[in-house]
Amino acid sequence: MLTRSPDALAATEGSKRGTSIRIEGVEQDFGAFPALRDVSLDIQPGELVALLGPSGSGKTTLLRVIAGLNSPDRGRILFDGENATNLPVQDRHVGMVFQNYALFKHMTVADNIAYGLRVRPRRTRPPRAAIKARVMELLQFVQLDGLGGRYPAQLSGGQRQRVALARALAIEPRVLLLDEPFGALDARVRKDLRRWLRDIHKQTGLTTVFVTHDQDEAMELADRVVVLNEGRIEQIGTPEELYDRPASPFVISFVGEAVALPVTISDGHVTFGGRELHIDTHGLRSGPARVFFRPADIAVTAEGSGDLEGRVESLRRTPAGVRATIAIDGYDQTLEIDSPLDRSASLGGRVPLSLAKARIFPADENGDYVNAGDGI
Amino acid sequence: MSEIAVTSSGRSRGVKFRPVTQDSSFARYTLIATAVLFLALFLFAPLAIVFVEAFSKGIGPFLTAFGDPDARAAIRLTLLVAAISVPANLVFGLAASWSIAKFSFPGKSVLITLIDLPFSVSPVVAGLVYVLVFGGQGLFGPWLAAHGVQIIFAVPGIVLATIFVTFPFVARELIPLMEEQGKIEEEAALTLGASGFKTFLTVTLPNIKWGLLYGVLLCNARAMGEFGAVSVVSGHIRGLTNTIPLQVEILYNEYNNVAAFALAVLLAGLALVTLGLKTFLEWRHADALSGRARRH
Repeated sequence: MLTRSPDALAATEGSKRGTSIRIEGVEQDFGAFPALRDVSLDIQPGELVALLGPSGSGKTTLLRVIAGLNSPDRGRILFDGENATNLPVQDRHVGMVFQNYALFKHMTVADNIAYGLRVRPRRTRPPRAAIKARVMELLQFVQLDGLGGRYPAQLSGGQRQRVALARALAIEPRVLLLDEPFGALDARVRKDLRRWLRDIHKQTGLTTVFVTHDQDEAMELADRVVVLNEGRIEQIGTPEELYDRPASPFVISFVGEAVALPVTISDGHVTFGGRELHIDTHGLRSGPARVFFRPADIAVTAEGSGDLEGRVESLRRTPAGVRATIAIDGYDQTLEIDSPLDRSASLGGRVPLSLAKARIFPADENGDYVNAGDGI
Repeated sequence: MSEIAVTSSGRSRGVKFRPVTQDSSFARYTLIATAVLFLALFLFAPLAIVFVEAFSKGIGPFLTAFGDPDARAAIRLTLLVAAISVPANLVFGLAASWSIAKFSFPGKSVLITLIDLPFSVSPVVAGLVYVLVFGGQGLFGPWLAAHGVQIIFAVPGIVLATIFVTFPFVARELIPLMEEQGKIEEEAALTLGASGFKTFLTVTLPNIKWGLLYGVLLCNARAMGEFGAVSVVSGHIRGLTNTIPLQVEILYNEYNNVAAFALAVLLAGLALVTLGLKTFLEWRHADALSGRARRH
């Protein structure tokens, strides 16, 4: 909705090729607390990558390491194959959009955007008229023409966000980094800006990395998503890969809703509460394990053929059928399951349930559930 | 519409409502009167007397007081001391608050405590400490004397004592302000390619300028008005080491009331100007000074 003239952009960024970013074994400690643990990551030129994780997972720290605002304790950062680990932040030419935007409060919108050009040493500083023209161009690009004379306090959240982006783009950055770009906005503006950011990315061709805690945002926008937890990368993959082949219990629980059942593997058989689940356990050791599945992958099935059994707690009619709230035997939370009308279920009655897809994670020596089994 | 009509007709019948949270008018006026009376008696009256006494023999003797070479020397010295100690504390205050607000390092809390020390130590003790360190019988006294440097009973001692006493004003003003602002705008400037110094000039300084001015103002008022610490180290040499407050005391002890109060008018005037500017800053730039409980 916000993108207007691709020409303005072409003039703005030229036919710039994206920069590749390589992160090798980066570690960072804050006191006793490790913020990043052996993080390695390859970002392709022009890729749009999301760093996804809960708060404290190290995603913002990683973004700051890429920007040069934090220097890692160990490991290297390479831009286009060149070691940038010790390159000062000023010389990295990253366009950074901060959480809450960090606009200069005492400067007008136009002065904010011009800042990166005005602070250049005299030799490389564009002439005054060129700076002015560039600011006008960027203002138009982010659809804020006519607002150049305003102060940040006089703008809405979405407008500030766009000023922050224009300011970052003004220096013709090699990569674009965004920290929780939509965190402070209300839901409607977020949706619009998501689409807008994707368009900007397409038009500039800039390698773009953004941090988010919102899995919908990451999945909708990014080419690839990096899931971080406690300073470690849990999985790197396309949204499809994360949905279909989550590599760890954390990923499956964080990316979308998931049900976790404690099960036991013995001699290749998986049992839950005395019932056998038909899950492929090829190559998995015996012992305790967890089975994860998405609510969408469980369905009411024909009598006598179910993997699990549950009790119908409530029934509600939907356009396509019924939505039943079902309490699975041996599991302490209820699930909402949509069924077509012909499946008979009555309130308080017992229904057999079958799993269409599930993943199994056996426990290791420490009791952590790590290795992914392929499931059904 | 009808409800509004009912309400307004209720009012017009002369029913008086009192907000439930409001005290009776008797209590209110008594409290206000007490406060005003107290202020008039203990703050305003003394200030008025300073002016009354200074002009008690007319404008002529008042002006004559400033013709006295000793008085002129005292004014010059006071200006000199303020001109050295205020910029010194400005630089120190900026450096200290910058490092405290924007970095974390071991001993940070010790530094914060040290900055507050001059507020908790009696100025007389501060003066004595300098005498013990730099005085003739003091720690460095013999060495300084051998090299022909005089600190105590001379201008350097007065400057040192004043710097000590006015140490905390700028830093105390800036630390909470800078801590509140964080370093996010500075980081933004750095990513845009600005050098550290340029970032300071174009981002940090504009953000703290009112707080800084406020601190400098208080620092200056104290630097010019300091008595205790300066009195100990100055030696009261007329025309040489007397600042305005010391000169006022000497003149007063000599029953030269008009001259004493004439000089006191200068200090009182300084106080009024400071107060006026302070009020203006608080009124006009309250948001730029916010982030803490007012301390002064």
